Amino acid sequence: MIAQNIGFAIIAAVMIIAAVRVVTTSNVVHAALWLVVVLSGVAAQYILLAAEFVAVTQVLVYIGAVMVLFLFGTMLTRSRIGRDSGLNNTYWKLGIPVALVLFAAMAVALVNSFGDERMPTDDNIVSTQQVSDQIFGPYLLPFWALSFVLLAAVIGAIVLARKD
Amino acid sequence: MFALLAVEIPYWGQSLLRVLGGLVAVLLPAGTIVYLFLFKMMSFMQSRLGPMEAGPYGSLQLVAEVGKWLQKEDIQPESADKPIFKMAPIVVLMSTFLLVVVVPFGPDAWFTDFETGVFYALAVSSISVLGILMAGWSSANKYSLLGGLRAAGQLIAYELPMVLAVMGVVIQAGTMNLQQIVFAQNASSMFGFDGVGNPYVLTQFVGFVVFMIAIQAELTQAPFDMPIAESELVSGYMTEYSGFRFLIFFIGEFATAGVFAMIASTLFLGGWGIPFAWFGWTSMDDVSNWMNIAGPIIVITKMLVLTFLIMWVRFTYPRFREDQLQRFAWKVLIPVSLANIMATAVLKVAF
Repeated sequence: MIAQNIGFAIIAAVMIIAAVRVVTTSNVVHAALWLVVVLSGVAAQYILLAAEFVAVTQVLVYIGAVMVLFLFGTMLTRSRIGRDSGLNNTYWKLGIPVALVLFAAMAVALVNSFGDERMPTDDNIVSTQQVSDQIFGPYLLPFWALSFVLLAAVIGAIVLARKD
Repeated sequence: MFALLAVEIPYWGQSLLRVLGGLVAVLLPAGTIVYLFLFKMMSFMQSRLGPMEAGPYGSLQLVAEVGKWLQKEDIQPESADKPIFKMAPIVVLMSTFLLVVVVPFGPDAWFTDFETGVFYALAVSSISVLGILMAGWSSANKYSLLGGLRAAGQLIAYELPMVLAVMGVVIQAGTMNLQQIVFAQNASSMFGFDGVGNPYVLTQFVGFVVFMIAIQAELTQAPFDMPIAESELVSGYMTEYSGFRFLIFFIGEFATAGVFAMIASTLFLGGWGIPFAWFGWTSMDDVSNWMNIAGPIIVITKMLVLTFLIMWVRFTYPRFREDQLQRFAWKVLIPVSLANIMATAVLKVAF
């Protein structure tokens, strides 16, 4: 348990530094690459929680697909090497209270619902089969709803991209 | 691996052995593929001898090449983004090392017995795209950037048929663990005949073909080598790399070919196993210890057969056009593999 806590602390520290660099760096591509570090940190935390399937999904979806598309897009449009000016929105200070409120709300929610409860140290490894049983059992309706949203998004993208 | 030695090895010792084993499992196939196929088979197909001077039949040419690259000057473009420029080849090679981790080499000879093995392999193989994009962008060179973008577009397009082709195997085996997929192929029988087990290349032939085409594209080997097309893009994202950094890209290219071939042989050709009925093994515990020695040899042999196919296609076909590549992925491979999944699922439920 001690080793896991140390691992958590190291990964969390790396993630915080990388997250700060995402918003402070003066190059769009660098910001995207720092975001890759943050998202891989999330995958590592999932591994620490023995949530193998979620961790692999995180790598496949966020690093393998979303970030590659981000980088693809930025490199195709504004791919200058070196410092970019004017990256900061004039209203960026508004983000600080929003972040603080969000943090407070999540902290309160977590403490209220779990309090002093501890995760079981053993036997909390959820197999992929259990995950799929849950998705296609009790959570079938939300799953379908999400699929329809994605389908609508895909069709919308095609409609927007078509010239004729 | 450790049961065979009949000694208790501490955790750090096991980790060290695994790291060394991973190095061997990545570098040995890379060296073999380069000498056997890139030097010798390519020369044979083009009616020439290939390297003949260094060592018998030029077998030490590889050592000479590595020495040549190591002593070359490490040139970085003046306006390049230097930290990212240096990181890019390492990211590409890292993806290869992460990939080899799930390949099983024997009943006990595995690096990690990941439950979601296949899924993990597909996920980490996409990390190399990041390295390629980094290399293309940070070189501060239009050709490099174009090559990087072409590579990203191609890898995204061919990731999908690869995942869909593997789905058929996962449905048939009922597991994503590569070790259990090996077991499922070697322990089962076809219509009561268990002489050859049930390698999925027979029942999942469509999936096998789609998977091989997809890894050909994923490895950017001809006919899918537009990202490094030397006649239009001067080697694409690798243009500005020289010396040791180019060597890393070069090793990464052929090591990934070897590792992908190992994964393909595990998924479709029965991996390290031989049909278990030959020796009357019925469960994973029955499998004799000597399979831990024979297993890696069997995997390497199957890998060489599959890389032979990859290289054969590479040396034979001319390059696709960019639009033909995308059309082939989205209009041929993906519908075919979706139909394959449908058929497999229906048959799985029916039997």
